[in-house]
Amino acid sequence: MRWFKKGRWRQSSSLVFQLIETFWGGEGEDLPHSGEKSASLKSLRGKRTLARWKESAVKAFFFANGILAIIVLIGIFGILLSTAIPAFKEIPLAEFAKKTWDPTSPEKAQYGLLSMIVSTLMCTAGALLIAIPLGLGVAAYLSDVAHWRVREIVKPIVEILAGIPSVVTGFLGIVLFGPVIAKIFHTGHGLNAVNGSFLLAIMSLPTIISISEDSLNAVPSAYAEASLALGGSKWQTLVRVKVPAALSGIIASFMLGMGRAIGETMTVLMATGNARSFPHGFLDSIRTMTANIAIELGEVPYYTTHYYALFAIGLVLFIMTFIVNMIADVILNKYQQREL
Amino acid sequence: MKKLIATITFGLAVMAMVLMAAPAQKKMIQIKGSDTMVNLVQILAEEYMAKNPGTALAVLGGGSGTGITAIINQTCEIANHSREWKQKEIDQAWEKGVRPRFFAIAVDGLSIIVNEKNTLEKLTMAELGAIYRGEIRNWSALGGPSKAVSLYGRQSNSGTYVFMQEHVLNNKNYSTDMKEMNGNAQIIEGVLQDEAGIGYVGVGYLFDENKKVRKGLKILNIAKDTKSQAFSPLDRAAVDNGSYPVARALYQATNGRPDGVAAAFIAWETGPEGQMIVEREGFFTIGAKYKEQNDKSLR
Repeated sequence: MRWFKKGRWRQSSSLVFQLIETFWGGEGEDLPHSGEKSASLKSLRGKRTLARWKESAVKAFFFANGILAIIVLIGIFGILLSTAIPAFKEIPLAEFAKKTWDPTSPEKAQYGLLSMIVSTLMCTAGALLIAIPLGLGVAAYLSDVAHWRVREIVKPIVEILAGIPSVVTGFLGIVLFGPVIAKIFHTGHGLNAVNGSFLLAIMSLPTIISISEDSLNAVPSAYAEASLALGGSKWQTLVRVKVPAALSGIIASFMLGMGRAIGETMTVLMATGNARSFPHGFLDSIRTMTANIAIELGEVPYYTTHYYALFAIGLVLFIMTFIVNMIADVILNKYQQREL
Repeated sequence: MKKLIATITFGLAVMAMVLMAAPAQKKMIQIKGSDTMVNLVQILAEEYMAKNPGTALAVLGGGSGTGITAIINQTCEIANHSREWKQKEIDQAWEKGVRPRFFAIAVDGLSIIVNEKNTLEKLTMAELGAIYRGEIRNWSALGGPSKAVSLYGRQSNSGTYVFMQEHVLNNKNYSTDMKEMNGNAQIIEGVLQDEAGIGYVGVGYLFDENKKVRKGLKILNIAKDTKSQAFSPLDRAAVDNGSYPVARALYQATNGRPDGVAAAFIAWETGPEGQMIVEREGFFTIGAKYKEQNDKSLR
């Protein structure tokens, strides 16, 4: 079991490792070093094959764990695809490209996704517009400006913010932000894209702050010291040296925040009004794709066109997040190559 | 290692005990469906359980559509629905061997509400339909203030949504500008804040805890057409004799003739004690016509 006790493996002393160690009975009975001639050759060989067997078993175990994530992903994608395909058979593609979604209409069922896609993108963009400057600012403050005592207090609080249930955030949107937005913009009601963007910004802030701050802290102190030694001010050091050096982590935090905003359901369902019309501005009530699935999946009769169409929305959502991740990956790769 | 085995054994023992204890509980009657009815039926169920110890009734919302689907899929014993079944749903039920029977347990004057700052007092059915279809977009067209109409409604799983669409919108599409809210209470909150808002809710939701109409709300009187008189949904007689045009019955449905606790509960709800609670909660009692239908379904 020395393999585990070495270096990095030991640091991540997660439950899994502890469990494995107990199971394989590693308590102190280390393999004898090759130099020692304490035991007879036969028993040594026996122990060696046992050790090798153990090692390959452990390897197989971790390989299975790694593969599991891929299997789950492929499984989900498979189910999504197989349930969405009938929708594309029953509904022409041109219908999906229209604006209006009204599958229960007594006149003629309509399956246009455009309004919902635009609404989702609008809400996410609005959220990022608020959350990125604010999040980066807070992260920079915490890592470079704040007294360590302040940081010790503020950082856990920011992380607790991530644990607020989305229903509670949505409720805040209805009773607190809604009336305020209505007053500021004279709109009569505050159930619109501004409200949704605001709440989603709050929800993605902890991710952005936490990960950005971590990556700013991970920048080797020699970088900052060199910059300061060359006469750079604190501000110059932060903006020209530390942020570029930590950019991969910072961009990753934006992408994770964006993922959170695109996929969030309950909050937008409660706070954006869920009107199905095409949004003409941030003060319009909107309905996102996630909210639509949540509203309609509960009552839709199974294996009908409407049911399949809801999965088609899920597929579109999946593809959108996939593209976001791909772009993030490409940006990261490019940046890292330039750095080298 | 020993500890681990002991822990696992203990865990399994606890699980086994929990699993064995479950069937010993009394049989739970599931009631599911209409959000308009969920509060009323919850109160009815509580009072019934208090009077009949040993019975267990669980009431869930989710919308009439959800309740009807649950009866068809046989995942609940009683469905609440604030609209009548569509032919498609009845066909679906028969296909699956479900024989739905319907019981009216209360009458609701579907109430059209606006903010108290709105100067409008009454609407005809045609005007109401035009508003919700998105054809009338400003209150000034009806003699009200010059403000864009802000529509509040329910989501498509709601029986009230479907009832409005069938009876007021003449089976036409809702305006896509309508904000689709999660329940009656959210519509009321919206209209209370929004001076240009209009919404539709069950009559039982209009009152605060002192049984007075909520402050800040105005209940519009509705007329069948321009020639007839407009009535309020609070007007008992008008709802009873059908002069209030958007009155409707609130139903419960069972699969086949109900028996046991379900039958006893429905009989109690539609009897004098249940109806007294219905009236206390702001809804209206069922008339002779519905009583006769109920008796037929119970037989």
